[in-house]
Amino acid sequence: MADKLRATQQLEQLQARFVGTGHADTTKFEWTSNIQRDSLASYIGHPPLLGYMAVGMGESRERLRVRFIEKMIQPVGKPPEKEE
Amino acid sequence: MATTSNMFMYSLSLLPPSAITQACLGTFSGKRQQEIVIAQGSRLTLLRPDATAAKVHTVLSHDVFGIIRCLSSFRLAGSLKDYIIVGSDSGRITILEYIPAQNRFNRVHLETFGKSGVRRVIPGQYLACDPKGRACFIASVEKNKLVYVLNRNAQAELTISSPLEAHRPHTLVYALAALDVGYENPIFACLEVDYGESDQDPTGKAFEEIEKQLVYYELDLGLNHVVRKWSEPVARSSNLLFSVAGGTDGPSGVLVCSEDSVSYKHMNRSTHRVPIPRRKGVCEDPNRRRMIISGVMHKMRGAFFFLLQSEDGDLFKVTLEYENGEVNKLKIKYFDTVAISTSLCILKSGFLFVAAEGGDHQFYQFEKLGDDDEEAEFTSDNYTNDMLEEVKPEYFKPRPLENLVLVESLPSLNPMLDAKVENLSDDDAPQIYALCGQGARSSFRVMRHGLETTEIVASELPGIPNAVWTTKIRADDEYDAYIILSFTNGTLVLSIGETVEEVTDTGFLSSAATIAVQQLGEDSLIQVHPKGIRHIHADKRVDEWPVPQHRTIVAASTNARQVAVALSSGEIVYFELGFDGQLAEYEEKKEMSGNVTALSLGEIPEGRLRSSFLAVGCDDSTVRVLSLDPDSTLESKSVQALTSPPSSLCIMYMPDTSTGSTTKDTLYLHIGLFSGVYLRTVLDTVTGELTDTRTRFLGLKQVRLFKVMCEGKPAILALSLKPWLGYTQAGAASTGGQGFMLTPLIYEGLEWGWTFSSEQCPEGMVGIQGQNLRIFTIENLAQSVQQESVPLSYTPRKMLKHPDYPVFYTIEADANTLAPITRQKLISEAANGETEELPPDVFGYPRAEGHWASCIRVIDPISKETLQKIELEENEAAFSIAAVNFESQDNETFLVVGTAKDLQLTPRKASCGYIHIYRFDNNGRELEFIHKTQTPDPPMALLAFQGRLLAGIGKNLRIYELGMKQLLRKAQGVVASTFITGLQTQGSRIIVSDAQESVTYVVYKYQDNAFVPFCDDMVPRYTTCTTMVDYETTAGGDKFGNLWIVRCPQKASDEADDVSGNYLIQEKQYLQGAPNRLNLMAHFYPQDIPTSIQKTQLVGGGRDLLVWTGLMGTIGILVPFVGREEVDFFQTLEGHLRQEDPPLAGRDHLIYRSYYVPVKGVIDGDLCERYTLLSYDKRQKIAAELDRSVREMDRKIADMRSRVAF
Repeated sequence: MADKLRATQQLEQLQARFVGTGHADTTKFEWTSNIQRDSLASYIGHPPLLGYMAVGMGESRERLRVRFIEKMIQPVGKPPEKEE
Repeated sequence: MATTSNMFMYSLSLLPPSAITQACLGTFSGKRQQEIVIAQGSRLTLLRPDATAAKVHTVLSHDVFGIIRCLSSFRLAGSLKDYIIVGSDSGRITILEYIPAQNRFNRVHLETFGKSGVRRVIPGQYLACDPKGRACFIASVEKNKLVYVLNRNAQAELTISSPLEAHRPHTLVYALAALDVGYENPIFACLEVDYGESDQDPTGKAFEEIEKQLVYYELDLGLNHVVRKWSEPVARSSNLLFSVAGGTDGPSGVLVCSEDSVSYKHMNRSTHRVPIPRRKGVCEDPNRRRMIISGVMHKMRGAFFFLLQSEDGDLFKVTLEYENGEVNKLKIKYFDTVAISTSLCILKSGFLFVAAEGGDHQFYQFEKLGDDDEEAEFTSDNYTNDMLEEVKPEYFKPRPLENLVLVESLPSLNPMLDAKVENLSDDDAPQIYALCGQGARSSFRVMRHGLETTEIVASELPGIPNAVWTTKIRADDEYDAYIILSFTNGTLVLSIGETVEEVTDTGFLSSAATIAVQQLGEDSLIQVHPKGIRHIHADKRVDEWPVPQHRTIVAASTNARQVAVALSSGEIVYFELGFDGQLAEYEEKKEMSGNVTALSLGEIPEGRLRSSFLAVGCDDSTVRVLSLDPDSTLESKSVQALTSPPSSLCIMYMPDTSTGSTTKDTLYLHIGLFSGVYLRTVLDTVTGELTDTRTRFLGLKQVRLFKVMCEGKPAILALSLKPWLGYTQAGAASTGGQGFMLTPLIYEGLEWGWTFSSEQCPEGMVGIQGQNLRIFTIENLAQSVQQESVPLSYTPRKMLKHPDYPVFYTIEADANTLAPITRQKLISEAANGETEELPPDVFGYPRAEGHWASCIRVIDPISKETLQKIELEENEAAFSIAAVNFESQDNETFLVVGTAKDLQLTPRKASCGYIHIYRFDNNGRELEFIHKTQTPDPPMALLAFQGRLLAGIGKNLRIYELGMKQLLRKAQGVVASTFITGLQTQGSRIIVSDAQESVTYVVYKYQDNAFVPFCDDMVPRYTTCTTMVDYETTAGGDKFGNLWIVRCPQKASDEADDVSGNYLIQEKQYLQGAPNRLNLMAHFYPQDIPTSIQKTQLVGGGRDLLVWTGLMGTIGILVPFVGREEVDFFQTLEGHLRQEDPPLAGRDHLIYRSYYVPVKGVIDGDLCERYTLLSYDKRQKIAAELDRSVREMDRKIADMRSRVAF
């Protein structure tokens, strides 16, 4: 029992420190949101990748950067209704 | 083992990336001069602007082997020197200082705070330093924010605290700025959005109501913790923050830049707000809102102002009116228009550095500050200060530069979208043709390796001379006095003065050819001619030494005190200048084994009486070194056997990096052979031994060598088919390596060369080319790749070379841009006579959502001009191009261009695609439109295939035949899963690259008229470019910046080409893919996104290699290793270098190169070349581990580059 408790505590700690660490009840919405947010943060963080997209779309890097952060707020649409 | 592969490549970058991620100003050397540190991919470069010469010099470029994401400089109070903080992908914060004496960056601190890699919650995206240098704030896009306190200890060393956390979960950061608060507690401002609630609310109401907050984080220096001090909602579209001067200089606070407005905000202060003026013009959409993309604050003598740049490139000057710390007014006015920038820096000396997003970086000088011009100024009094409301739009008219003057452009290839290596100008090495730039600042560039020369004089002579010299009259003269030209039967002497004219009273023998000319002793001259040596004294007295009967002089070498001549009998006669000013002959003649072809004495070392060696080249393919010491005169010291008789020799001292000392030069013997080979060997100053021979083939013509001076250092001019210059480059900025470089000159092939020094041209060279005398100088030794460009209209997408003629075809397309037809229509509709259009290369094009502007262009790369330009209409944009010979049309070649109509990029959608057919007229210099064919999806890849056209249309591969009215579809197959971006072929094999799913090998079965995919990849690679290395192997690059080589298993390859039976068609799928899988042969992460890759050669007679170009302007090569031994050597060296020279920003080199996929089969040449930059002790240590000498190591590393590339 103590082991289980420790495992839970460790997991909670991980979840607190690393955003996106899953748990047994991760929903599809959480999971996909996470992936999208990670991808968008990666587009912003890699200068060549941001440049590549900016050139392709004919936008300035700054506008694209802001658009990607904006998209991180709700990357996959509204959360689903909670089932009680 | 994962790292072993039976294919090994050596990766080198020939040109480092030229894109600037960020630029940062500071006085890093600690002298009163301002410098700029720029981040270019993985490189950190220090630029020193020279205000007097209005030039920017590259001082140092250091590869940190990591992704540099942000830079900031700070200065501790009372110090004179700025430190650099680097935020990279290492999960660590790095503080660097520049050490001017050693010209290197020194890492002061390296503090780990998180995982490595570019991650959502690991700080490194944003960085700001307190203006007083007391703290720095480093943040990630989401959640994490860390504050480090910077201080100094008792020894006045910089200290850094452990990090203080200011994390906020579910919070996105848009921008960060450090407030100027004087000496109060440091405050950092963030633009934040909390998405926590919207993630929980299924109705979407919370999402609608999301607010963007301006948040102040205060570092309490007394309590040593960070508090969230103040927050206020700002406009939802806000994107940037700029801190306003504070303390004694201003009111403090921040400028919040949003779409359409700029506001001043500060805690407990009123808000002021001005609109971002929009462009006025008939083609401009009056409702388009601009945002600020970059900006800079400049403080000067109690005043300060901002220059903010909108996404059109317009600079706005923003000023504040304030009293007692309370701002009364915010004012904005149009300043000038420059290139769209990633960073702006204003120097105290009155210069503006613009790090451009695309195209060349610019260096401007301020002429005015726009204080009293007629430009309309908008003040905050007239606008609402509620940031959540819309602001009334204002307009201005853009105009050419008024306040700034362009003084220098730093060439940049970023973004480079396509490139081809071709030899079109019949040089001995090919040129690189590249498509660069974004929007209207695009260009087609021709790059060639060589040093730039400036011609001063080119004049025709009465006959064809065979040699030329210049000479001083006295040893202490500063400049040359005579030019001596030797013809087959005479000599002509010209005097150098205001004009160059013939003189006859010099004492030179004019009726014979000349072999050598020398200023001897203090004030006399000698002329060596076939029949004797003529010693001309200052008083015009002449002493003549006649050659013994029936012999002539065939070769001579002289210096200020010594003369050696070789006679036709194979004897060598040696003279020395006596103290009486007479030439004294050494009584014995030395008999050589064969006919002497070349001699060299070398310069007299400083403080000595004579050069102690004479090098003698004989026609039995040997070079002998003879001693000239008084006690062993003309004794043989050493012999070197050669592959061909030497045509020219030159002994000279040159700086050397392979020895420990930096002050002592090394003595080299340079040897040029009749076969066109050049050798350089080290001549031991004591024993006369020849060691460390390095060989280079220069061209199919005998090599002539001359000692010249370049940038104050001795250099060697080697003339073969082309002139080459050998020089020592210390810390070469472009390559990161240093040492001896041999670079061709971009100049005519010369027969003879010599130094030329006059008042106008202190460091020139004189040469003979046919019947012409040419005088020229060499410009810049640091820049060994020269670029020429042809301007383009829109962002170039792809290019093609005519299969037979030297003509290039480019396709260009820009999204959200008005096509010229629409612009013309709008201009003609505006009846008020407003017809002037601004030059688009500065101001860009008018933008409009959903519009495309696109064209096809014919370029002559030799004369560098556009021959024809075809604008596409009806909102079509060109994306693919090919030259296809149609068998049905008697094998006539046509130009095929694939276009998309009404293309929308996210989500990807187009109303249809077209394939245009053009006929080549006038040797491909003109295009004639024939017809176009509609396709359901835009064709993104086209290729000539077995006398027909192969097109990748969406997921489909199709074969078309050319018909009278349109193309006729002959075959179709679905082979890709996303959409096809590229095609390669050999035989019936087609390599299909997909936008997301790597490459698939497809075979076209003619009998069944079917495409059969038989081999695909197991890793999703977002392929950007591919090339077939051989029938089974493909090399390519992907969107994330990887280079890879994959190979199809031999068995699968054989089976695919099996003609008997069609069992391949019946073969089962394996895991929902093709029946076979590709093997990964090599993988490497160069960081830059490869945009083109080609198998070719880069030097005449070099081996085949892969040349790739990257988006940020990198040009790199992958060279295959020949033997396992070499691989082992370089693998061990790489290992040692990782230990001895760990990357500066704290990234592990091996993990960096394995960013997405573990590095395989590739050795990082850029790391290996850092060997030459290590301290001598470290070099010796590594060399000892590898059982080699430092010189051998240097040579092996240099050879890897020079054998195949430059």
